[in-house]
Amino acid sequence: MKLGILFSGGKDSNYALFKTAQKHNIVCLISLISENKESYMFQSCGNEFLKLQAKALNLPLIEVKTKGEKETELKDLKKAIKLAIKKYGIEGIVSGAIKSNYQSLRIQNICNDLDIYSINPLWQTDEKNYLNELLKNKFEIMIIQIASYPFTKNMLGKIIDEKTKTELINTSDKYSISCVGEGGEFETFVLNSPLFQKKLQIISSEKIMESENGGYLQIKEMELIKK
Amino acid sequence: MKNNNNDNNCKIILIIDTSYEKNSIFKDEFCMPITNIINQIPSFEYEIKHFSEKINYKKYDKIIIAGSSLKDFEYLNHLNKFEFIKTINIPILGICAGIQILAKVHGTNLKKCKEIEITKTITTKQNKLFEGEFDTYSIHNYSINCPKEFEKLAKSKKGIHAIKHKNKEIYGVLFHPEIKNKEIIETFINL
Repeated sequence: MKLGILFSGGKDSNYALFKTAQKHNIVCLISLISENKESYMFQSCGNEFLKLQAKALNLPLIEVKTKGEKETELKDLKKAIKLAIKKYGIEGIVSGAIKSNYQSLRIQNICNDLDIYSINPLWQTDEKNYLNELLKNKFEIMIIQIASYPFTKNMLGKIIDEKTKTELINTSDKYSISCVGEGGEFETFVLNSPLFQKKLQIISSEKIMESENGGYLQIKEMELIKK
Repeated sequence: MKNNNNDNNCKIILIIDTSYEKNSIFKDEFCMPITNIINQIPSFEYEIKHFSEKINYKKYDKIIIAGSSLKDFEYLNHLNKFEFIKTINIPILGICAGIQILAKVHGTNLKKCKEIEITKTITTKQNKLFEGEFDTYSIHNYSINCPKEFEKLAKSKKGIHAIKHKNKEIYGVLFHPEIKNKEIIETFINL
């Protein structure tokens, strides 16, 4: 089956890609570039470097701009998927949805309207097992945005390794939040995965804080290097 | 596939994967959420089998027939694989594709009913699994006509949402309790 993937550059879409690529042919990445940081459907941090990830994956990237408002966002998503059907003949869409009924039902509706498959390989996955799987498969994941107590500036730019994984699990147990950021507690950017032919390296960046528990890593320069 | 419970007295729940082929990408999406619930219930473990496999039904305590993708109706071409439903005496819960299979095996047809949304499900007959009105996670294009051996347990504005066999512990739900109404699965397993 030829498939496109809704791609944000974060761990969920990259892991959904990794899992699906073991069984099907992923032919393009589809990304909505949201101008709204509070996007209902799409991660909005780190979009400017998606092209580098696409290059690392050796896959074409369809980018469609959206204002990121609740329902126009869905029209823009449908437009992007239609483009992928026309250009690459995709028969289905893969998403990295884990728990969000809002996100999942809207993607299911669009796929149903367009008569293509909706595939959600991480749906309802056990979050702690998922973190273990990411590390076992040697994903290099950086936390690039935080939006929740008790996360502070020192989380920005951290790589999710064994130590950070334990910190995320302990924090989620203590404060009843998601250890994979499913509630928007944090966002990630993938620097390396088993499917990357080259890996990404940040040359310069700056931590921008908007409140004590809200901020992002502004990546200024990034390059592809040999793995 | 089994959970980590080493208790020899564990009862086994069979989950039947209804997706178009064995070990398809949809197995994770439609069977694994059910396994997450079984893993939390002491003294139960599970096995997942695709409908195309040879299955010794006698070894299982209960059977859950899982759902499948909105566009996948391959199971309707293999209804002979589900004829066992008529002859065994083990509690069965059919989810989404599962309720459609229950209806087709008992001779009734599917009925156009698009609900890809959080739906209001209304109980119409008292039963062991649920009561009252409640929100459900629905992704289907078809509901069913109720077979004569079954009775209706619940409905939405658009169609039948749950049925039960009149003489056996065989249930069908059109919505996905493994997503939004996990207690229904727990209650079924503990029947």
